[in-house]
Amino acid sequence: MLLVLVRRVGNMVPTLAAVIALIFVLFSVIPGSFMSGLGDDGRTMDPAVMERMRKEMGLDQPLLERFVKYAGATVVGDLGTSFRTREPVTKLIAGRLWPSLKLTMAAMLVAMAVGIPLGFVAALRPGSLIDTASMVGAVSGLSLPKFWLGLLLMYFFALQLKWLPSFGYGDGGLTHLILPAIALGVSPLALLARTTRAAVLDVLNADFVRTARSKGMSERRVVTWHVMRNALVLVVTTVGLQFGSLMGQAVVVEKLFSWPGLGSLLVDSVFQRDIPAVQGCILVFVLFFLIINTLVDLAYVAIDPRIRYG
Amino acid sequence: MKKLMWLAAAAVAVVGFGTAEAQQTPQTQTPRKGGTVRMTAPYGGSLTSLDIHTSPRAQDDIAGKILHRTLYNWDSAKGQPALELAKEVAVSGDGMVYTYKLLDNAYFHNGRRMTADDIIWSYTRIMDSTKGFPGARYVRFIKGAVDVEKGAAKEISGLRKIDDFTVEMTLAERVNPGFLFFVGVTAILPKEEVEKGNFNSNPVGLGPFKFVEHVPGSRLVTERWEKFYKPGKPYADKVIVLIMGEAAARDVAFRNKEIDTSILGPVQYVAYMADPVLSKGILEVAEMFTRSMVMNQASIKPFQDKRVRQAINHAIDAELIVKRLAKDKAYRAVSWLPSSSPVFDKTMKPYAFDPEKAKKLLAEAGYPNGFEFEWTTSPNESWGLPIVEAVLPMLNRVGIKAKAKLIETTVLTETAMKGTFEAYIGSNVTGPDSLSTLKCFHSKTPRTACNYTAFNNAEYDKTLDEAGQASDPEKQAELLRKANAILYDEAPVWFFNYNKAVMAYQPWLHGLQANPTELAHQYPEDLWVDERSPVK
Repeated sequence: MLLVLVRRVGNMVPTLAAVIALIFVLFSVIPGSFMSGLGDDGRTMDPAVMERMRKEMGLDQPLLERFVKYAGATVVGDLGTSFRTREPVTKLIAGRLWPSLKLTMAAMLVAMAVGIPLGFVAALRPGSLIDTASMVGAVSGLSLPKFWLGLLLMYFFALQLKWLPSFGYGDGGLTHLILPAIALGVSPLALLARTTRAAVLDVLNADFVRTARSKGMSERRVVTWHVMRNALVLVVTTVGLQFGSLMGQAVVVEKLFSWPGLGSLLVDSVFQRDIPAVQGCILVFVLFFLIINTLVDLAYVAIDPRIRYG
Repeated sequence: MKKLMWLAAAAVAVVGFGTAEAQQTPQTQTPRKGGTVRMTAPYGGSLTSLDIHTSPRAQDDIAGKILHRTLYNWDSAKGQPALELAKEVAVSGDGMVYTYKLLDNAYFHNGRRMTADDIIWSYTRIMDSTKGFPGARYVRFIKGAVDVEKGAAKEISGLRKIDDFTVEMTLAERVNPGFLFFVGVTAILPKEEVEKGNFNSNPVGLGPFKFVEHVPGSRLVTERWEKFYKPGKPYADKVIVLIMGEAAARDVAFRNKEIDTSILGPVQYVAYMADPVLSKGILEVAEMFTRSMVMNQASIKPFQDKRVRQAINHAIDAELIVKRLAKDKAYRAVSWLPSSSPVFDKTMKPYAFDPEKAKKLLAEAGYPNGFEFEWTTSPNESWGLPIVEAVLPMLNRVGIKAKAKLIETTVLTETAMKGTFEAYIGSNVTGPDSLSTLKCFHSKTPRTACNYTAFNNAEYDKTLDEAGQASDPEKQAELLRKANAILYDEAPVWFFNYNKAVMAYQPWLHGLQANPTELAHQYPEDLWVDERSPVK
């Protein structure tokens, strides 16, 4: 297990290095700058002030020199200073990380709590009404744009039913979390339902399940002991992939619900060309994805001892 | 009450002047103390910074008006800047020296009284040669400010402390400092708090409300500053600014009574006006933004001919576009200065839609078969791609073939400043200072400053120079009107529209101003909520 962990962490290094280089180069060549972005609401910017800002932000230095500085600082955990707030990027990210994690975890919880049982039940009764209904629902869930779904949720649960607030972070409690979590969680929910169904159906037709049944094992024990455990590898893979990428997918939902997470920070930073903040956010998203997937790899070993990493 | 407010708002809408009455509160109704005002910051994303010196964005100044104060404020009722942090000002005969008697009861939120030193320190900070403070463009008009900006001096020679509550300001050129120092980026800040190093997360100002909490990307919470210098104000206990860039989300929240104000886009404007309840809480104003297609005379030869530029203005049915695409949430532009400008000439009429005349003018200019150009645009719904797509067939009808080139809004300013365009459609601030607004077409103004069309007209330059020198306000206004008329005739741009800013407000909210410099910028000390407000 420890060896797997060391190897996975080792693999992260080149991935992160590539991401750092890619983001840096990309945002150095795309048109527009933080200074010009300040005038995007029709207020002209003073050229002398723009020039001073360029110097203050180090944008007058050669690209290579900037990259060496940036990469060196990143290695020791210094993600630079935000152009917008003139504060360390690590401070900005630290302030947004918990709301983002909370939203991501809540969305994943929704997805797992509904998607996995739904897929299981559908697989145990293939062709039944519940199977058809859940799979139609899953396809719909996958194809629903998050923005539109979020608006629908706001409309019904806030405006019509008055059950929940339509937006905002509030005191960080559950009432403000429910709607954005559902809006974000529906897509992975649908995918999990379909994946679970496929995995369970696959295992149900396996020889060892037939053997277990022929030995007289109760259906309940067959399902809980043999089917569930063997189907879990695929389900865990899907959970890991979805969970890892969910933080990045939260951008739209966070903006819609005025949720103070990393997604909305990223969008604001992109539009205002706050390059250090953009780089910092993307780095966190990538890191989060890599960590989750490393944990998934470790989970495989725990779930199925037959799995070995050579 | 509601009817009165509606009538006032409707009157503003019909006349189309930002200087018209604010949302009226009858004399008989006494403002109620207490309660919470929930404003929205609708322009895109998070607040950039609570150190208001660092950001010129309209979004940030919404918070700025709550936490901070400037030497002047904008008086929407009178349509001019008004003294805010000074009781009186004496102006020298040549109009170059202003002596301000400052308020002696203005306290920062840390309890310290504001003095002349704070004015001098704040303006000197803005000119720091190592930092890019956007307010430098305004402070630069004070004598000696440029020396500080260049690092040649540490103090602005044109600022002199007479005593703790008297400061003398000597200008480098004759301008009305009211137009310069009502802008949020020139706010007066306390040195000792700024120098602590965490001013952005713990701002201290002179505003009517003091900082309580900022959840970036979500909300800013402020509470009443008991030592605010205006007797009896502010009325509300709290002002909360909710960051809500998504119009659709704002719409739901407003209808759900979770917010007290919402800036409306064209689609919502139509829906709200059609609603018998919501239409009663609409505040409209002709904001000082002119939307236009800027023609680059340096890159496209036909644009150098006035007749071609006039032909373009005649070829486009701007009225139809305003009606159908902008959903009447705009006023047809006449010339560069907006209708809310104090020197706007009400007798001027916009270019008539006349394709035949356009063809004739093109033929006279030597382009009977038209010509081609590339039209740079952002995706903006009110002054971007949808408008360009509607105009292209109209231009095509007179033989002009334009090709749209889409770029990000963030890139538009850079494109304009670099001159890397043939024509672009954009929205420009055109007020409230008409003189500096019109200077954007002076031949000595570089493109990087704002002469994006590379406009060069000797008569215009002369008129504007005379206006700059005029000491008589009436004479100056007359010259500015003349300059604006020259622009109309020269048509360096396609005059599209002036923004009609629309704010929806809840029936329990009072004291809003129809601020033509930016409707979202309200002076929160005047706002109050009656007992119908759902938030106590």
